[in-house]
Amino acid sequence: MSAHVNLERRRQAIYGWLFLSPAAVLMTVFAFYPTIATLWSSLFSRNTRRNPTEFIGTENYADLFADPTFWLVVKNNLFYAGVTIPVSIGIALAMALWANSKISARSFVRTAYFTPTVLPMIAAANLWLFFYTPGLGVLDQIGSVFGLPSVNWLGQPETALWAIIIVTIWKEAGFFMIFYLAALQTIPEDLKEAADIEGTSRWTYTRRIVLPLLMPTTMFIAVNAMINSVKLIDHLFILTKGGPSDASKLILYYIWEMAFAFFDAPHAAAITILVIAVLGVVAAVQFFYMDKRTHYQ
Amino acid sequence: MKSLSKFMDSFGAILLAVIWIAPLLFAFWAATHSTSDAVNLSLFSPWTLDNFRVAWNGAPWLKYFMNTFTLVTVILIGQFILTTLAGFAFAQLQFPGKDFVFILVLMQLFILPEVLIVENYAMVSRFGLFDTILGVGMPYMASAFGIFLMRQAFKGVPIELHEAARIEGCGLLGILWRVYVPLAKPTYLAYALVSVSTHWNNFLWPLIVTNSPETRPLTVGLSIFGAPENGVDISIISAATLMSVAPLLIAFLIFQRQFVQAFLRAGIK
Repeated sequence: MSAHVNLERRRQAIYGWLFLSPAAVLMTVFAFYPTIATLWSSLFSRNTRRNPTEFIGTENYADLFADPTFWLVVKNNLFYAGVTIPVSIGIALAMALWANSKISARSFVRTAYFTPTVLPMIAAANLWLFFYTPGLGVLDQIGSVFGLPSVNWLGQPETALWAIIIVTIWKEAGFFMIFYLAALQTIPEDLKEAADIEGTSRWTYTRRIVLPLLMPTTMFIAVNAMINSVKLIDHLFILTKGGPSDASKLILYYIWEMAFAFFDAPHAAAITILVIAVLGVVAAVQFFYMDKRTHYQ
Repeated sequence: MKSLSKFMDSFGAILLAVIWIAPLLFAFWAATHSTSDAVNLSLFSPWTLDNFRVAWNGAPWLKYFMNTFTLVTVILIGQFILTTLAGFAFAQLQFPGKDFVFILVLMQLFILPEVLIVENYAMVSRFGLFDTILGVGMPYMASAFGIFLMRQAFKGVPIELHEAARIEGCGLLGILWRVYVPLAKPTYLAYALVSVSTHWNNFLWPLIVTNSPETRPLTVGLSIFGAPENGVDISIISAATLMSVAPLLIAFLIFQRQFVQAFLRAGIK
């Protein structure tokens, strides 16, 4: 009997590793090794014709911290996250409450909200270009009806980042809506009935019953939105290229530019490591805090 | 009072909906009118398909479409094979080191492939896969997210079915193929929709890894076509944009329920 159990155990171990190995190999090659290699190369100087690569410790990081552009990009990205996360969550919630209520044209409304989700960011940027272009763009046309002057939305530092932010919110709010929508449909009808019998106003019902019940979903969406605020940068390539004078430059775009336009891989590596560290903290917070507090299903 | 608030709700919802699809509507308007009519928003100007013709002739779109199509297919096949095997191992097999490896997989969820572009580029070049569709697809095949999704799906399969198949003399691969895979069909469908729409729309990584019209997917082709250096006007860019989003957009409008369900299933699990 014990020999049989042993055999079965060994068989499972062999199969387990066999089944896992293709994924494990690719994951090592394209995620774990590159992470370590990035850390490693962030500690070396740039390879130029005159000076070969040499170990310089944390000098690349020191360079970054001394570089005002780096801090501007960090500030931009924090601002980007600080606006897109709460606003898109708020809009998503409003969309879900509407799309879930008994209004006319409900299916049209749902489709309209969700449609931007299936468009590529590049296409979204092209669509919005038509709004932002000075003189010709839709925004300027509307403005001119009210006698407002033409504004170069993408060309001036005060508005460029806002223009980027609006496209991002437009793109992700409908996606977040569907998670709220699903959560709303799990709230039992009798809660609403009970609230109606008690004469509770709709606002109180929403604030005291619906919102707390949606808390786990909000947490889930917030983490997604946080990741998106690092990831969603494709539209920069079309709309602003990070300009004018870096006013709309975000971290991932900065990494790309550093590595593939300025060929400065070590500094790009150093920023990458900083981003991974921040994402790691987000992951840890989610893992240890939110999972415990708001686990459902 | 009640009907007033209901009216306000409908009004607000529809207003937001109209704002939300306005960019698409304007693009459609611009694409079907001459540039000067489009920017002047002259409502009664004649319709035209010229912009589509000019846009279509301005770049090798057919090649781009084929490239994107090949890319999403290659990625999906790779993902299905790898995540099925790994998900099954995590869900139903006991082996030493399993928990440790699973934590590593969870960690990969947070190391976004987008962030590792520099080293992954070096890696792809090392394999001689620079400027190949396989090179664009490879980093996404062992998706931690997919493994996690498959693991959840396989965990829900009753162990009795597994035992029954084994008693009938089915090998482990046979059990996986005949019992688990068919039962996980909804998960596969959901995963496929999410994967296809993600990679159809992906831009940064293909931009880095491709360097010729032979491999370039639609998104990269579109960004090059619309670059201001090329001096293309807004009507033609709109036409090109609509052309390149049309397949996915039409598929979405037809299979809307499935799309929404797919994103939900993939997100919540």
